[in-house]
Formats: sequence, structure tokens, C-alpha cells
Amino acid sequence: MRISDIFNLKKINRSQTSGIILLILSALVLFFLNVPDGSYATFKLSRPNDALPLKDLVLSGGPFNTVASMILAFIGVRQFLKGGGRWIALSLGFGFLITIAAFLVWATADKSLNLTGMLQATVVRAVPIALGALAGLLSERVAVINIAIEGMLLAGAFTGALAGSLFGGWGGMISAIIIGGSFGFILATLVITFRMDQIIAGVVINLLVLGLTSYVSSQVFSEYRNLNNAPVFRAIKIPVLSDIPIIGPVIFSQNIFVYGALILVAITTYYLFYTRNGLRARAVGEHPKAADTLGINVIRTRYFHVVLAGAVAGFGGAWFTLGSVGRFDEGMTGGRGFIGLAAMIFGRWHPVGALSAALVFGFADSLQQKLALLNTPIPSEFLAMAPYLATIVVVAGIIGHARPPGAIGKPYQKE
Amino acid sequence: MDIELKGITKRFGSVIANDQINLQIKAGEVLGLLGENGAGKSTLMNILSGLYAPDEGKLLIDGIEVNFRGPGDSISAGIGMVHQHFMLVPIFSVAENVILGVEPVKTADYLDLSKARTLVNKISSEYGLSVPPDAIIEDLPVGIQQKVEIIKVLFREANVIIFDEPTAVLTPSEVEDFFSIVRALKASGKAIVFITHKLHEIKEIADRVTVLRHGRITGEGNPKRLTKEKLAEMMVGRQVAFTVNKIKSKIGQPVLKLKNIELHTKDNERVLKNINFSIKAGEIVGIAGIQGNGQTELIEVITGLRKNYTGEMFLGELDITRANARQRHVAGMAHIPEDRHKFGMVENFSITENIIINNYYEKRLSDFITINWIKARSAAALLCEEFDVRTPSVDLNGKSLSGGNQQKMVVARELGRKPKIVIAAQPTRGVDVGSIEYIHSRLVQSRDDGNGVLLISSELDEIISLSDRILVMYDGSIVAEFDNTDAKPKRNQIGLAMAGSTEEIYNEH
Amino acid sequence: MNTKSNFRKTTADLLMLRQGAYRDAIVLPIIAIATALLIGALIMTATGVDIYTIGRSFAALGHGAFGSINAISETFTAAIPLILAGLGIGLGFRAGLFNIGAEGQIIIGGLLAVIFSFTFSDLPTIVLVTFTLIVGSLAGAAYAGIAGVLRAVTGAHEVILTIMLNLISYRILDYALRQPFIQKDGRSDPISKSVPGNGQLPKLLDWIDPNLRLHVGIFIMVGAVILLWWLIKKSKMGFAIRTNGENSHAALYAGMNPKMVIIGSMALAGGLAGLAGAVQISGVLERASPGFSAGIGFDAIAVALLGRSHPIGILFAGILFGGLEAGGRQMQIDAGVSIDLISIIQALVVVFIAAPLIIRTITPWAFSKNKRTS
Repeated sequence: MRISDIFNLKKINRSQTSGIILLILSALVLFFLNVPDGSYATFKLSRPNDALPLKDLVLSGGPFNTVASMILAFIGVRQFLKGGGRWIALSLGFGFLITIAAFLVWATADKSLNLTGMLQATVVRAVPIALGALAGLLSERVAVINIAIEGMLLAGAFTGALAGSLFGGWGGMISAIIIGGSFGFILATLVITFRMDQIIAGVVINLLVLGLTSYVSSQVFSEYRNLNNAPVFRAIKIPVLSDIPIIGPVIFSQNIFVYGALILVAITTYYLFYTRNGLRARAVGEHPKAADTLGINVIRTRYFHVVLAGAVAGFGGAWFTLGSVGRFDEGMTGGRGFIGLAAMIFGRWHPVGALSAALVFGFADSLQQKLALLNTPIPSEFLAMAPYLATIVVVAGIIGHARPPGAIGKPYQKE
Repeated sequence: MDIELKGITKRFGSVIANDQINLQIKAGEVLGLLGENGAGKSTLMNILSGLYAPDEGKLLIDGIEVNFRGPGDSISAGIGMVHQHFMLVPIFSVAENVILGVEPVKTADYLDLSKARTLVNKISSEYGLSVPPDAIIEDLPVGIQQKVEIIKVLFREANVIIFDEPTAVLTPSEVEDFFSIVRALKASGKAIVFITHKLHEIKEIADRVTVLRHGRITGEGNPKRLTKEKLAEMMVGRQVAFTVNKIKSKIGQPVLKLKNIELHTKDNERVLKNINFSIKAGEIVGIAGIQGNGQTELIEVITGLRKNYTGEMFLGELDITRANARQRHVAGMAHIPEDRHKFGMVENFSITENIIINNYYEKRLSDFITINWIKARSAAALLCEEFDVRTPSVDLNGKSLSGGNQQKMVVARELGRKPKIVIAAQPTRGVDVGSIEYIHSRLVQSRDDGNGVLLISSELDEIISLSDRILVMYDGSIVAEFDNTDAKPKRNQIGLAMAGSTEEIYNEH
Repeated sequence: MNTKSNFRKTTADLLMLRQGAYRDAIVLPIIAIATALLIGALIMTATGVDIYTIGRSFAALGHGAFGSINAISETFTAAIPLILAGLGIGLGFRAGLFNIGAEGQIIIGGLLAVIFSFTFSDLPTIVLVTFTLIVGSLAGAAYAGIAGVLRAVTGAHEVILTIMLNLISYRILDYALRQPFIQKDGRSDPISKSVPGNGQLPKLLDWIDPNLRLHVGIFIMVGAVILLWWLIKKSKMGFAIRTNGENSHAALYAGMNPKMVIIGSMALAGGLAGLAGAVQISGVLERASPGFSAGIGFDAIAVALLGRSHPIGILFAGILFGGLEAGGRQMQIDAGVSIDLISIIQALVVVFIAAPLIIRTITPWAFSKNKRTS
């Protein structure tokens, strides 16, 4: 092999790309995240009054990051020389995990960080993203592009606040689900019946919801403050399980929205990949004409799933008000729906993948909050960009390639 | 099960696709449905399979009138259709495709895939259709995919099976295979409808034939007793010449030369293997072969749509190996693309725009950086006149033309600029017989004018009647070459080469 | 009847419409706007606004949009960036690209423009203003170019790419506004230094009233409309762009290099959005602050759709939307109805334009009546 062959960019395959990325990470850890000898990073794992308190995890920064860099270099070189398709995701995942660990050790050197608290925040922040992603994939699996997730989340948040103030928490949540589903129905009508361009329809629904909620909020809420004062769902501790160290507080003592999101991910996975109706839905998304010739009603299937997607997004939107602050602010979803879209692509249109991506993005989000406290020289904006950059990398197919449902974006017409 | 269609009429806007059609389909019989493209065969069968509802007329099954609200009703009535473009979900497995719509389930809607596998295996062994139930459709060759379609129909216990142009994608030996499956189905008491535009297939397999033209029935009878000429007349409405009139031409210097052309896909699959041939001035070279054996890639390599190949290519003396599509075009290469809707034209563009689409930059049509629309329109009008493109105005959209006129528009654009070499890929696909004859005569004329013509077609008849020399492509290689000027080679030999059995052919040579 | 149909033919020719498209280009938008206003009235009723106030709101809307010199000045001031960015998005549509990223391109263009302007404040006015606008366009073009290159080379969908680039641009802006060499001296909140007096686009009507904000950007906007019209209708490049938008396979076949068309039209669209940002900064805002783009990039999508991706159509659509913006502010002052109502009306207009089947279904008479004359 000649040198020119090694560096001939056209010939570099994906596993070599992943090798190069890992080597770059290794160099980053070695040169930019080096910690002087003798400084220690302290990670708090439990609160003093927990049932089973754990000792603080104290790591010596210098050796830890040197070893981390060496491991990254090793798997990087291995990927570059040998590679192998199925190792790409695994190696990269592992590599990013090590890099994040090294980053945390570097950032916390000579300080202490409440790791469990951060993981708990990660899960909470991942909820609207995961539900948004779930709404996206339910509709995209039947080939309807859903850019309107952002608007549906916002509609859910608004309804949660308004109906929650009038009928209480549960009434608010159910109303949010219904209103979310209604916007799903509007999207479905526009793109399925009226064959409007799916992206335009999504963009317009986002503008419409933003306009409607802002209008009502400034026209009505400013005058009648009691209409924007909903109760908040408190955390429910699951007996025994919530006492497990780390996992307990992170997963088993959260509010209804966290449990709901996890259960919905499980149900959606089962539904899409193991049931009759799931198979039919996927067939409609991949090859609607084939489904039609077999007697499956393409139009009805699409309507049903897009409405369902809206309902899921409505539930996710209620998190912003009923699961968090109890009050609606204009544009309070702040692009979470778009991050959900990114999580859906990142998770390759699979519910579990989408949840994992949402957790990664939630982690980036909560890390960004902590960094300010830890006084690191890295601007928090750069960390906030990470999910978006990662999504660009994924859609560009630089690492692996995500393949959307076959008929995506195309309206179905018989004649 | 017998089916009777009475006075079926279907209109799309102002177009009458089916006009008062009466038809009988009987158990244990193969009914051939013959007609040109656009004669209304597919529309009629889509009515039978419940995709379209007829505007007038009745559908009787075993004497009882039925109304299909959708394909589901047709399926449960026992009618199954194998579409020309397979209705298979590419990323699903064979078993998933077979059960789609009639899935076996356990509690909680859980798909019973193991039961599906057993059933698939049972049906495929019953009719000798060996198909692996867990294979993913997009990994399977088209011949196997067709078998999956047949299993799908049998799985739904259909008594009437409609095949829409089933042989278009098959090799001659696969066609034989397919015919024996049809005979087995017939023997087991199924009623078969066989839609085609190929006369010899009707004569070989059909027990009864019905001919359609412009949406009307123009003839019926026993195909064994009807001559090919008679059938063709019913189909086209006048006498058809089966041979193209060709005089011996003067063979000149090579106009296109390919040397050691190799092409690999992104997945490192070798799709073109050491291709070497040349085309001389004054000859038509035909490339025969089943679709998907590298012809598309070869066309793309020759016309400059693909770059990453190795080897050398010359247009006359000019090295065009690294030239792009436009440079090749300027150097004198014309390209009639195999899919005119995808590559050949823009449906929403006017005829003028379509005619200047790949030469708008030439001095005769433009000034500096703008297009001269006045010159462009008159050039387009002139070409339409010369090449018999029938349209009231060159300002109409391309999609307002009939298939034949669209193709003549493409041919006009390509041949109108006096090329040295013409790459004609499937030049008559989806076109009426009149336009076919016209396009053939134009290609022959181009050869007689001393140009080279490369003809790529999946219709073996077209290759044989037009070519001076025939190359056969199989699995990315040129596997055989036949001289077609004097003694006609046997169809069988070409057929064998198309199926890849090269040794026999070279032994005979 | 004859003169009427002649008029229709001339208008149709001017807008280079194909046969029968007259209704789509003129009648449809009018019905769409009327329907949207009607629904707007219904929404006001639903939120407890009485009939009298609704009437007063619409009066204020009309008056605030076109009722006085000040109103017209405000309308056109608001229309300038909408039209500039809308032209870019419309060009993208023509090339078969959906550029949702105008918002981000405006931010990057405007940010770079303001930095350039206060950094080189010593330059003479004409040079400084010209280069500020050029820098803004180039920045927008480069930012959109990222999406163009990725789309052309990897096939990644430009909608996702531009959404992500929008979100990234917000963070870039947040970060930049905290940097010492950008942040205004003595301020702790994120706000940039101001454009110097000689870097501002000259006002056009300040001889009538110093408060009239209309600036010379209007000439740049009109120039851009003419340029785009020429590009799409006359030029070879425009033909390649349109071919690619209608059928990219045919463009490849015709030797037009679709990759370059994608990158080129994306960059051009970004350049126009960046120009919009620079014009907004140096003509109206005079400094960059968080959210200075104010959703112009999204409204411009609506403008491009309403104008059917046609430069002249976009000109009128932009003036209409500018009028709604200006009138909306008047409406808020006079009738106390929130300006957010305008966004609802705008969104509804786009719904009816982009799904003409809805309008055809609810007002069939408007479309069948013309059959006799055409």
C-alpha cells in the first residue's frame, strides 16, 4: 500500500473515518483535557439522607485521562486498520463515552460534581425530546414528514397550562393530548387529503401555533392570570426501586411524564416491529401502492398515525407546563421539537434509538448548565450546539447512514 | 371460479380507457389479453383487482353481481394480481411480504412469523417455487421476486390469477420456467389472465385471446388458429411489417471505441467487467441482455453520466475517457435515454424548453449569457416538423404529448443535431406501433448516413430486426457476439448467451 | 369582454404564466387573504373581542399599512428584508431546494455586517456601506453554502441541514454578543457595538419627517427583484436551475452539473438572506442583539410561497406582508388587539396558497366562472 493510497480520501471507507475520529478524540483528550498530577475530581453519587448512601467517587485526573487517551488511540488504530462494519457504532459509542468521562474529570478537577443529580436532570430534559422524536417517527413511519412537532409541543404546553388551570393536572394533560391530536389531524388533512407539500404544511403549522398561543397568551393570559396557573405533577417514588443507588433517583423517582415517555417507547417498539398493525403501518410508509393492492387502507392508516403522533407530541408538550413550571410562556418549547426531529434521525427512525439520542441530547443540555457552575473555559454555547452538529454529521452520512422510510414525503394518489 | 365482465367502461377525465368491455374468464383456462401500450389492458385489470371502480358496467362472479369497494374485496373474492412493477416492500422479508394484509397473529396482535414461514415453505414446495422465507426482497433477483408475488397470490387462495406483462424482466430460460408454473396453476384449476403485447407468448401459452385497442375489444379467438399477422392487425388496426427494410450500408472507420472498461459500485461490486468493443460508421450494434446485467451502467459510462470507471474511450480519434456528458455531446454523441420520464424530458417544461435542454448553451440558441427564446422556439418548431412530433404549439408542456410524440421529441432533439454516434437505449419503450416504426426508420437512416448507432434494448425482436451486429451482455460482461448482416443467428443461441451459458456458444463459433 | 381578456393576457405575459395560471396567480391569493382575515376575525371573537373593536382593528390594520406616508414608509421598510430573503427562498424552490435556513443566514449575514461596519468605521460612507452589504451577503452565502455542499456531496436533506444551521446560528450569535470586541462597551447584556453613522444606509424620506425610516435598501431590493427575474427567465444559468428543480435527473442528462446548481443556488439564496440581514442591520436596527432576525427568515418562506417563487410575485407578497406587519403595530395601538394575530393571518394565507384545493373546495364559483372566458 502506498502512502497516497492511505490518504486518498475517496477510498477511505466508513470504518476508517470512524478510526480517524477516534484518533482525533484521543489527541483531544491527551492535549486539551490534560489534568496536572495530584488534582482529583470528586463525583457525588448520592445525597446524605438516601437509604443506601454511596461514597463519593474520587478520581486522579492525570492518570485517568492518560489511560482514556490510550484506550481511544488503541480502538482508533484498530478501527482504521481492520474496521469491520458492525464495530463502527460500538467503537464510536464507547469512544464517545470515554471522551465524555475524560471531559468530566477534566472539568471537575479539584472540584466536585453531583453526578447523580446531573443524570437525573439528563433524563428530565430528555423527556420532551424523546416524545417529540416519537411523534416524529410515528408519522414518518407512514411516510408523512413531520416538521410540525415543534408546533404540536407548543400547543400541548399551552393547552396544559390553560386546561390545567381550569380542570386540574389530569384534565390539563388529557386536553393537551386531545389538542395535540387535533393538530395531528390538521396536518393529516392538509397533506393527505389536500396533498399540500409536507414540509410547507409543517412549517405553517409551527407558525400558526406560535401565532395562536402567543396571541391568546398576550390577549387573555395577561389579563386573567388565573388561567395560566396550572398545578404541577410531583415526582412519584416507586417503592424499593427508588432506593437503589444512582438508578433509583435517576429513573424511579420521577414524575408521570418520565414514566410515560419510557412506557411509550416500549409500546411503540412492540407495536411497530412485532404486531400486525405495525407491519401494515411500515408497509404504508415504505411502499403504499403495494399496501393498497393488498387491501390495506393507505389513507386511513396515515391519518391514524399522524393523529397519534400529534397526541404523543401533545403529551410531550404538557411536560413544559404540567411537568415543569405550571405556567405558559410564549415560544417556551425553544426548538425542542426540532431537536426531537434530530433525535429521530439520529435514532434511525427506531423508538429505542430515538430515546438513546434524546438521552444524549438531554445530557448535553444538563452538562451545559453544570459547566457554567464549574467555571470551565469552554463556552456553554458550543456544547449547546453539539446535538445539532451531531445531527448534521449523521444526515450527511459521514458516520453510517440513516435510511428514511421509502415513500417519505410523497402523497398517495390512486389515479 | 368464473368471472364475467359486462359493458365495463372507465374514463379518466375526457380519456376513455375502457369502452364497453365484455370479457369471460374461466377456471382451468389461460386467457391472453393482447394490446399495445395504452390500449387499456392494465386499467381493465385494475378494475378487476379493485383498485379502480368502473364508471359503467357489471362484474359477475359465478353469475352473481359483485361490487368491489377496494382491493381487499377483490382479494377476498379470490382474485389475485401479479403487477408488472412488483408490489413488494423492498426492506421486508419474503415471509412478511407474503402475509401482509392477511397476517396470522397471536394474542395482543403479535405477528406469528413462524407460522408464516411454514406456510411459505409449504406453498413453495407445492408448486416448485423454491424461495427462502427470511430473505430480504431487495437482495433477491427479479426472477425470484416474481415467485414471491406468485406465492403471495396463492397464500390468499386466489382462484383467478392475473399476470400483467410478466415476462418483461425475465431471461428466455426463466420465461420457460414461468410458463411451466402457469401450466401447473392451470392444471390445478385456477383461471389465468395473461396480459402481454408479445404475440409469440400469446400463441404459446394462451387458450383463448382477447385483443384490445384504444380501450375497445377488437378481436377474440383461439390463438392457435390465428396467425401472428392477424393478431398484429387486430392489435394495431392495420397491417404491420415485422421486418425493417434495410439496405447494406458502407462500413467506415470506428466512431466509438471502448477499451477495458471496468466499473465498481460504492459497495465495491464489479458491475462492468473488462468491456471492449467498437462501433464503426454505418453500422447498428445491438446489445441484447436481460435488464440489470450492466446495460444501464454501460450507457451511463458511455454517455458520461458516471465518472468513476477505469479504461479508455474514444469518439473517433478523440479521447473522451475523462470528458463529461456535455463535452461528449458537443463532440458528436447523441443519447436517447432509456427512461424518458426520468432523464429524457421535463414534463412541466414546454416542448421548446425540452428541445433545447442539452444544447441551450450553443451559439445558435443563445447570446452571451442569455438564452434567445425566439431562436429557440423556431428551432423547436422546425425539429417538430421534421420529426413528425404532432402538437398544436411548441409552447405546450411536454406532458401534454402522447408517449409516442414525447419519444419522437427526444429523438428529434438527439438526431436533429447530426451526431456521429447515437446511443439509443430502449428507444421504443412504452410507445405505439406507428411511432416505433418511425423511430426505427430514423435510426436506420442515421446509420445509412454514415453514423454509428448503439442500440440497447430488452426487446430481443427489436435488436434482431435492427442490428448489423449483436453483442450479448450478461453479469457485466460482453459474453457473445453475433454477425447479423447475412444469415440470421438463432434466437436460441442469443437466448442462451443472455442466460449466461457462454461455453456452448463459443464452441459453436 | 375583449379588453378584459386582453388585460388578463397582458398580465399573464408579464408574470410569465402559462395558460390558465391567471386564476392561480391572481384570484387564489385574493380569496386566500380574504378567508384568512375572516378567520382572524373569528379568532378575535373567540377571545372575547367585540364586533366594534374587530371593525376598528381592521380599519387600523389598513390604515397602518397604507393609510399615510408614515404607514407606507413602515410597510416598505418591513418589506425590504422579507422580499430579499424571499427571493432567495423562491430561487431555492425553483432549483428544487427547500431552504428553511434563511433565518440563520440573516443572523450570520447581519452579525458579520455589524462587525465589519464598526471595525472599519474610518472608511468613507459609500465604501463602508457597500462593503458592509457585500460582507453580509458573502457571510450568508457561505453559511448556506455549508448546507449546499453537504446536500450536493452527501445527499443529506437540506431541510434538516438548514434547520440545524438555524439552531447553530442562534448559539453563534449568543456567543458572539458576549465577546469583548463585539459587545457594546459598558454593557453587561448581550448587545453589539453600533453601526457608525457613516455606515448606515441613508434614509430616503427624512426631508419630509425625520421619523420616516424608509432607506435606500428599497433600491437594492428592487434591483434584486429585477436581477432574479432576468436570471430565472432569461439566463442560461436560470434555465439550468429550473431544470434541476423540475427534474434533477434530466439536468444531469443534459450536462448541467446538478451538484454545482445545488451549491450555487443555495449560496445565492444565502447571499440574498445575508444581504437582508445586512440591510436590516445597517438600515434599521443599527446593532445586533439576540433575536434581531425577528423571524424574518420564516416569514420570507411564506412570502416566497405566496409569490409562487416568482420574483414579481414575491415583490407583491413581500409588500403585503410588510403591510400586515406595519398595520399590525397600528392595530395593537389603536384597538388593543395583540400583533400576534398577524402571524396567525400570515400562516393561514400560506395554508390556503400552498393547498389550493382547500380554496377550490370552499369557493368553487371563483374558479368555474372563468372557464367561459379562458
